[in-house]
Amino acid sequence: MFSKADWTDQKLEVIIANLLRAGVTLAAALVLTGGLVFVIRHGLAPANYSVFAGRPADLRHWGDILRAALSLRGRGIIQLGLLFLIATPVARVAFAVFAFAMERDWVYVSISAVVLVVLLYSLLARHGGV
Amino acid sequence: MNILEFTILVGLGSFSAGFLGALTGLGGGVVLVPMLTLLFKVDIRYAVGASLVSVIATSSGAAAAYLKDGFSNIRIGMFLEIATTLGALLGAYLAASVSTTVIGIIFGLVLLYSAYSSVRTPPETAGDDQLDDLATRLNMNGTYPSLSGPKHYNVRRVPAGFSLMFGAGALSGLLGIGSGAVKVLAMDQAMGVPFKVSTTTSNFMIGVTAAASAGVYLSRGYIDPGLAMPVMLGVLAGAMTGARVLARTKTQQLRWVFGAVIVALGGEMIYGALTGKI
Repeated sequence: MFSKADWTDQKLEVIIANLLRAGVTLAAALVLTGGLVFVIRHGLAPANYSVFAGRPADLRHWGDILRAALSLRGRGIIQLGLLFLIATPVARVAFAVFAFAMERDWVYVSISAVVLVVLLYSLLARHGGV
Repeated sequence: MNILEFTILVGLGSFSAGFLGALTGLGGGVVLVPMLTLLFKVDIRYAVGASLVSVIATSSGAAAAYLKDGFSNIRIGMFLEIATTLGALLGAYLAASVSTTVIGIIFGLVLLYSAYSSVRTPPETAGDDQLDDLATRLNMNGTYPSLSGPKHYNVRRVPAGFSLMFGAGALSGLLGIGSGAVKVLAMDQAMGVPFKVSTTTSNFMIGVTAAASAGVYLSRGYIDPGLAMPVMLGVLAGAMTGARVLARTKTQQLRWVFGAVIVALGGEMIYGALTGKI
């Protein structure tokens, strides 16, 4: 099943397309759910996004976001959905590394690995505050 | 304004942005940030964070449709993503140290350029007959489907395209837009990639580029869930509706109208930045 001929670019593209669609759907569902919780609980509070404060301080790293979502805070669930959304292209690149390896195309394994490292650095490192 | 009203209004505005962006092929990002900063008085850093998130959503959704057509070139895309993701990291870091005035002015200029490039008829770049050494070694030459069967094209000037892509990535990270216009310029004009291939490949790359800066934005607290929620859902729904309607609409006039709106917003952004309102 994993012979070289099976891993054509065409097949790769179809799998990636499905991966992207699933990621976006899951993310949108989480954001919608969290959004409903957030608006039901805080809908009548004043909205103020004109002053930049680097908020929300407790929803900036995946560990904190996961904790907030698990305690069913609306904004935590939204942020978890956004995290999934950002992770979707990352998963796409990770899959490309694997698929190019199946094609035995080592040049493109290295190229996609470089892109993956940049993305993981961006997503996982702590980049400081305001 | 309370949170419920704000959510509904921003959601409706984002829906329109996504709808027009899909119909005209310009993407919703270019009008989103001006709308949020000028109309809703949102701080430009929050606006850019929310816009980045919506760019990832629409790009991933649209790429899924494009990929199956066989136009996009996954190798060109992956190679150039090294440049766009590094550029996006730089842009995201710059966003913290550059003043909002400068961001506003650069945004305005990019809007003006996007409007210009959207109404200009794309020059038909004929594929080179000569083989470029680097492009051949990187296996970038490809074929795309056409009415008269698969058509072959050769890619050239890879380093020039790579440098332009770094700039496109930096703009994307600084302004929260897809910078599709610059990406197409790099592939189309510099590398001689056929128009249809460069637009679909660019769309495919936009999500990865935006993800590279979104990680930094998230970690710095520039992505506020209360704002990003209506923006992301609105743009996504608008873009999906736009893609449906697209099949039975004449888009040429629409591009002119949208182009005029973008010019107006570009002027307004520059004016707003210069008078200290952004």
